[in-house]
Amino acid sequence: MTTPTLEARNLRTHFFTRAGVVKAVDDVSFTVERGKVLGLVGESGSGKTVTGFSILGLVDPPGRIVGGQILFRGTDLATLSEAEMRRLRGNRIAMIFQDPMMTLNPVLRIDTQMIETVLAHAKVSKAEARQRARDALGQVGIPSPEERLQAYPHQFSGGMRQRVAIAIALLHKPDLIVADEPTTALDVTIQGQILAEAQKLCAQYGTALIWITHDLSVVAGLADDIAVMYAGKVVESGPVGEVLDAPLHPYTNGLIGSVPSRNHRGAPLSQIPGMTPSLLNLPPGCAFRARCPRAEARCAEPPPFAEYLPGRHARCIHPHLDQAVPA
Amino acid sequence: MSSTTAGSVAPPRVETPFRRFASEFAESRLALFGLALFTLIALVAIFAPWIAPQNPYDLAQLDIMDGRLEPGSVGGADFTYWLGTDDQGRDMLSGIMYGLRISLLVGAGSAVIACLVGASLGMIAAYAGGRTDSLIMRLVDLQLSFPAILAALMILAFLGKGILNVVIALVVVEWAYYARTVRGSALVERRREYIEAAQCLALPTRRIIFRHLLPNCLPPLIVVATMQVARAIALEATLSFLGLGVPITEPSLGLLIANGYEYMLSGKYWISFYPGIALLVTIVSINLVGDQLRDVLNPRLKR
Amino acid sequence: MTVFLLRRLIQAAGVVLAMSLLVFLGVYAIGDPVEILISPEADQIERERAVKALGLDLPLWQQYLVFLGRALQGDLGRSFVFNEPALQLILQRMPATLELAFGATFVALLIGLPLGLYAGLRPKSPLSKGILAGSILGFSLPTFWVGLMLIMVFAVQLGWLPSTGRGETVEVLGMRWSFLTRDGLAHMVMPALNLSLFKISLVIRLTRAGVRETMLMDYVKFARAKGLSPSRVTFVHVFKNILIPVVTVVGLEFGGTIAFSVVTESVFAWPGMGKLIIDSINVLDRPVMVAYLMIIVLLFITINLVVDITYSVLDPRVRLEGKS
Repeated sequence: MTTPTLEARNLRTHFFTRAGVVKAVDDVSFTVERGKVLGLVGESGSGKTVTGFSILGLVDPPGRIVGGQILFRGTDLATLSEAEMRRLRGNRIAMIFQDPMMTLNPVLRIDTQMIETVLAHAKVSKAEARQRARDALGQVGIPSPEERLQAYPHQFSGGMRQRVAIAIALLHKPDLIVADEPTTALDVTIQGQILAEAQKLCAQYGTALIWITHDLSVVAGLADDIAVMYAGKVVESGPVGEVLDAPLHPYTNGLIGSVPSRNHRGAPLSQIPGMTPSLLNLPPGCAFRARCPRAEARCAEPPPFAEYLPGRHARCIHPHLDQAVPA
Repeated sequence: MSSTTAGSVAPPRVETPFRRFASEFAESRLALFGLALFTLIALVAIFAPWIAPQNPYDLAQLDIMDGRLEPGSVGGADFTYWLGTDDQGRDMLSGIMYGLRISLLVGAGSAVIACLVGASLGMIAAYAGGRTDSLIMRLVDLQLSFPAILAALMILAFLGKGILNVVIALVVVEWAYYARTVRGSALVERRREYIEAAQCLALPTRRIIFRHLLPNCLPPLIVVATMQVARAIALEATLSFLGLGVPITEPSLGLLIANGYEYMLSGKYWISFYPGIALLVTIVSINLVGDQLRDVLNPRLKR
Repeated sequence: MTVFLLRRLIQAAGVVLAMSLLVFLGVYAIGDPVEILISPEADQIERERAVKALGLDLPLWQQYLVFLGRALQGDLGRSFVFNEPALQLILQRMPATLELAFGATFVALLIGLPLGLYAGLRPKSPLSKGILAGSILGFSLPTFWVGLMLIMVFAVQLGWLPSTGRGETVEVLGMRWSFLTRDGLAHMVMPALNLSLFKISLVIRLTRAGVRETMLMDYVKFARAKGLSPSRVTFVHVFKNILIPVVTVVGLEFGGTIAFSVVTESVFAWPGMGKLIIDSINVLDRPVMVAYLMIIVLLFITINLVVDITYSVLDPRVRLEGKS
């Protein structure tokens, strides 16, 4: 087996605020292979976005990576200098943000914002850079790219802006793209187009994709693997089909149960009681135990992240093994 | 009282809004320092006639032979002029103490009157709405778009010199700030439930405005008022320096500085320098307090 | 854009009209020109003839129309003191004030932008706290006193710079300018610095607040995620965005700077229109006062218009709204 494009091992990113230490990412491990899509799922505040920023080395003070490894094609990103990291960013590792309205600088033209990205990593002429920018826009399905290059971001619709952001991410044909809820702010039809586009491009270039989302249905259609986060930790990971059909962790189970579905029309939606815990001074033990229907005294001990079935990990001492269909 | 009666319990410390405000204010040492400084300045100004070494307006006490003496010189009557003397042999230290009285009086006086006028108009604008509102706010816009210094200069050009005229000019250029502030917060407060409740109880309008609406508009008003006092003092000094403010018989700090202007070029710096320092310290101390008040009283910055 | 400009011009005309009425009422209705214009020895018949000749027997609204008609032809009366047309008197002194105000604005941006940028990028560093404290001082310092102290230190004690006046001037475009000669520039340094004091503080605060706000924006993070160098992120992505509020405020403040140059010009005996108006107020030279006020109003309106246009050039979002 070859080295995976990205492998996170026990990643920890903490924020040292005046009120205390916020363990936004606390023991996160996952692997993404070349050309594969990993769906990183969790509620808001579960640490998905901070995980994405940690990979790109964009965690701002008071936050910093305090432990673990981020192996990108075998190199630990956490040990690289800022200059070395900058050579990778936008070049080998690209990121797409949640809100397409906010990611493009409102006072700079699209061509400026694209050409600067090309020139940041490639020694080419400005004309050549412009050519590449135009090609990238065409690739993501933006009509008449030459004209659109001269437009300002506010002259684009939300979906078009996200396409521009994706085009920028694709400029250097990166090995890895971290996409942070890139379709959440878009209409459903546009969302579908963007998803199809992303899938096609990844297959074409062998780019690995980390798709951060809270939407299980997006993951179901797009991802190969899934990692579910809760309160800064990955609580379950595995191949997407198996995890969604037979979740091991009670939290994943609850998450799937709260998605409206045609099969259960008329039946009341099940929901997870309670609220996501504050990450500030989180007590040890399973963070989900206060909301878990299966909680018991032993849950106050930190549960191990164990492989219960081949390729399937869960951070739970009493997983739903009964539901699981062995692969 | 030597002893307390048995059974009486010390009342529990209640967290009153004022106490919380005071403790939040005290979080900034710089602001506390500013407050202490300002208190000292105010005390000096109030008690100037009793603590000043000399009555600078009493010509009988002045000796023209002592004119333009350097700081620390000893004058004819074995009198030490710690900050020197001006051209008429007036002790600068005493002059500054008396000058502070005028400057603070004009600054605070104009701020209080402008606050009363502006707050009332702002309240009326917010409560009446419609045409009254837009008329008052047009006036406010007009006033705020024109530079205060010019407006004040023109008013004084027509009214002539005098403490009262300076106060009038300052009120005219300042009321709009208060009006805008009060109207802004009153419009927000008006829509709150407690005002609706008071209206349902058929309380008289006057009572609703003064007992319910006004107290809730106070915090931003206090902040603006503090800053405006500093502004008014600076503006008065500037007007007096330009020769259009207070009359020569009642010199404020600005006029003292102006008096020293002609001697400056011959190196006699102290006549302008020390009154300027007094003016600067006064304004800085008020601004330090105002800055912290703004942070403490601004609900948007609440952690 | 044309519609936008046209609408703004109509608005501006309305404001000028309103201000002319205010000025007219203020100057002509409160004061009594007869007392000033007609010699005290004149008898009753002569007085009445003069009153008629001056049009003072007409109803107020007709007098206003006469005033307005003359003003439109550029006649704002003659100065009592100089016996010259008031407008001409002011226009002669305008270049001096303008170059001083531009100089002050330039100094404010030159000093304020870098300091504000630094304080915004490193809010926790001691230097940033010093810069912020300095800006409070800048707001508090009485301008005229600082001017005096500048003269005392740099002209009297050190003898580096001339204390008063405009120095040598050269004539360009029919107006005399100081900033083009070495001597003139030396004369301009202190007044310009003095006048810019308040603006430096203002620019520091605006820039600092703008930088701190912009740094939190997603597009800055996205720019970093593209692998751009920190200097490109700061100077292109952040700087261009904060330039919009700074330019707006500094532009709008330009009118205030011209008004406030009254003080600086008095301190440094700078022969601009501010010095003229103070002298005129002291001798109650009413036509000059009226002319000055009208010029200031026109100036303010022009500045507002220019700022709006600049704003729309800098911010592409506004440009679009202007077109529709």
